[in-house]
Amino acid sequence: MSNDIRIKKGLDIKLVGEAEKTVEQAVISNYCTIRPEDFHGVIPKLVAKEGTTVKAGGVLFFDKSEEAIKFLSPVSGKIVEVVRGPKRRIDAIKIQADKAQAFEDFGVFNVDAAKPEAVKAHLLAAGCWPFVKQRPYDVIANPASSPKAIFISGYASAPLAADLDFTLKGKEAELQAAVSALGKLTEGKVHVSVGKNANSPLAGLNGITLHKVSGPHPSGNVGTLINKVDPVNKGEVVWTVNAQDLVIIGELLLTGKFNAERIVALVGSSVEKPRYFKTIAGSEIATLIYDKGVSKGGNDRIISGNVLTGKQIRPDGSLDFYSNVVSVIPEGDDYELFGWNKPVFNKVSTSRALTFSWLNPKKKYDLNTNTNGEHRAFVTTGTYEEVFPLDIFPMQILKACMYQDLDEMEALGMYEVAPEDFALTEFVCVSKQPHQKIIREGLDLMIKEIG
Amino acid sequence: MSLKNKLHILKRKYRSKKMAPAFNALHTFLYLPNETTHNGTHIKAADDLKRTMNTVIMAMVPCLLFGMFNAGYQHHLALGEIQSVTGGLFSAEFWTLDNFMVGFWKIIPLVIVSYGVGLLIEFIFAIINKHEVEEGYLVTGMLVPLIVPIDIPLWMLAVAVVFGVVIGKEVFGGTGMNILNPALTIRAFLFFAYPTWMSGDKVWVHGAVERDQAIAGGQNLDAISGETILGALAQSKEVAYSTVDMFLGFIPGSVGETSTLLIILGGLFLVFSKIGSWRIMLSSVIGAIVMGLIFNQVVASGWIPESSNFYGLMSAPFWEHLIIGGFAFGTVFMATDPVTASQTNKGKWIYGFLVGFISIMIRVFNPAYPEGVMLAILLMNVFAPTIDHYVVQGNVKKRMKRVKVKTA
Repeated sequence: MSNDIRIKKGLDIKLVGEAEKTVEQAVISNYCTIRPEDFHGVIPKLVAKEGTTVKAGGVLFFDKSEEAIKFLSPVSGKIVEVVRGPKRRIDAIKIQADKAQAFEDFGVFNVDAAKPEAVKAHLLAAGCWPFVKQRPYDVIANPASSPKAIFISGYASAPLAADLDFTLKGKEAELQAAVSALGKLTEGKVHVSVGKNANSPLAGLNGITLHKVSGPHPSGNVGTLINKVDPVNKGEVVWTVNAQDLVIIGELLLTGKFNAERIVALVGSSVEKPRYFKTIAGSEIATLIYDKGVSKGGNDRIISGNVLTGKQIRPDGSLDFYSNVVSVIPEGDDYELFGWNKPVFNKVSTSRALTFSWLNPKKKYDLNTNTNGEHRAFVTTGTYEEVFPLDIFPMQILKACMYQDLDEMEALGMYEVAPEDFALTEFVCVSKQPHQKIIREGLDLMIKEIG
Repeated sequence: MSLKNKLHILKRKYRSKKMAPAFNALHTFLYLPNETTHNGTHIKAADDLKRTMNTVIMAMVPCLLFGMFNAGYQHHLALGEIQSVTGGLFSAEFWTLDNFMVGFWKIIPLVIVSYGVGLLIEFIFAIINKHEVEEGYLVTGMLVPLIVPIDIPLWMLAVAVVFGVVIGKEVFGGTGMNILNPALTIRAFLFFAYPTWMSGDKVWVHGAVERDQAIAGGQNLDAISGETILGALAQSKEVAYSTVDMFLGFIPGSVGETSTLLIILGGLFLVFSKIGSWRIMLSSVIGAIVMGLIFNQVVASGWIPESSNFYGLMSAPFWEHLIIGGFAFGTVFMATDPVTASQTNKGKWIYGFLVGFISIMIRVFNPAYPEGVMLAILLMNVFAPTIDHYVVQGNVKKRMKRVKVKTA
């Protein structure tokens, strides 16, 4: 039995540089960098001091406020540097990888026989807990909470996203183990979405409620799935896990190894030959992007993640902990003569104000990072609603976040949203407001004030 | 070195200076800035506020040009120098260079004063508040010349623009924050401060007031009448214009609001480009029709004597209300202002309906100033946040109900 979810409001942004469906083993990265900022809201307490050695799966740090949540090293090697920022905040932990990799052995875990408490303890101890996120607040799940349901989106609708049908192929055993384990942690259901016409390995799993989604982005966002299936009410918690992280959880359960290896898509119009790589979380980005990729010294934006929600990284930076896509697009730091009033054919727009992307909905665009205008107060109305499928008033909730009215934020549905749900409204925003940042700050305020 | 690079260097040089917003405002008119995204979405859609505002201005240009021809036409017609049009839209009597030049020399000063004074204030406030100059006035500045009588003295216009921009907009925090439509605030100021220049049967035709004064001064001349259709109807007089004239716009009135045809074209352009709200336009027309039908019904039922003050306007067929006065212009260009209208889609239906409904009501019941659109839109501007509040509360209630169902 499956349920169909059809999204009407939204926007597919079609870009040049989709990955060809071939997987290459990436060059082994000499260094692996873990940045605590990838784990929003976590204050790290360092375990592995500078100069010590760890195995793959060795503890690097844990969360100060929830000590059970451990963050493990994806590689075995020596901690060469702990980069610190102001007030001795830990910015990054850099590990020099050994030539031969040694893994901590967490032991094969029998999911079927295990009690929920044992499953939870195992995932916490073996470093897989950071893959489990929660709503409200879009942070790493509080292990003490009991979620009313768990949501997994197996359909990637974001621009140039890695095709999950392709990257998860052949991983059915791992996926099943992970889903079975997660299923024990909730009283409710495990909701999984797949594309309507997709051939997803997730579709055949046991113990899930399958949803077939169709329609434009954000149909593949887990937030959209939650809103359409079982929205989060005040006092309730749901958990979400990225589909690609299920593989890591599954491998841990089946083999006892914490293997943070995943298939990453290298995409974008600046990439010569966009394709998939097998690599490890935290690897140097340079190991991916230069071979038949981008030209050195080119004026490009490298993004760990997709072009709507990813993080900008420098060419000497590294892949972040969660991303399964690296996007490289041209920088747009140039002026355009009369760019504000001349007819536009080479950019995406939802309006038809001398913008002509509506003429050719199938065309793929080569967009750069120019903002196409300056930051302004909110003026136009109705534009966000066209691309926002959740049953929430987007502009009203953004304004509530800006004037920090907690009651109103709560009433308008802040418990249901994550910053990524506002990526499209941010994209189309005529006033170029930073929607995702506004929502993130709003959520942080709620954590602080309400908890 | 190219102009682009020179300006770039200047921009960096003046970055932290006091006049930077003024420089940037001009610079960004020439070049789309080189600003890039940081975090959040790394790509952005093509539209910005300048493009949005520019689209509205483009939709108004036909009305402006028609207004220039019409100003000359009404002037010459009133003086008895030409015959009234006979051949429909493309009548040779209308589209003459002579007509155009009369209007051009009257209307261009209005446009210059409106933009000059308004933008000056915007620049001053931007510099004082240290923010960029926002584009809101681009549309207001074009609306204002189109909704005033042609002979309005320029100093009056300047005073009104100062009032409208400062009190109507800047005190609330500038573009995007205002409660009332600034263009209508300007018009309302003129309307109440200088009523003799804003209503009656002399102000709508270029030269009529002057001629009146000459007659009063003892000269032996024929007076010019430039009565609007609303004015005539309000006094239960015979209307001297055919329906086609009303629709095409060969009638006296404010500068740019006479041609319903061109306003509809502009409205269709705005709806097609998704800049204007079709919900507001459509529901406003529906609201006006409903009110018109109610009044027609009152007349048909004989509830009102023919001697009544209201009889003339009440008995006008309901559809005629749509093509006379400023109704069409107000509905298409003023009621749809996104900042002051309702912001929710459901709210837009209610807001638009009430704009249309109340417009016609004020029109009929206030024969002293028989144009209700301005006041109706201003009134609904005030109520728009309330409408939105209830629409949003609907969503909030749904959310609370969900919790209750769970706990029950």
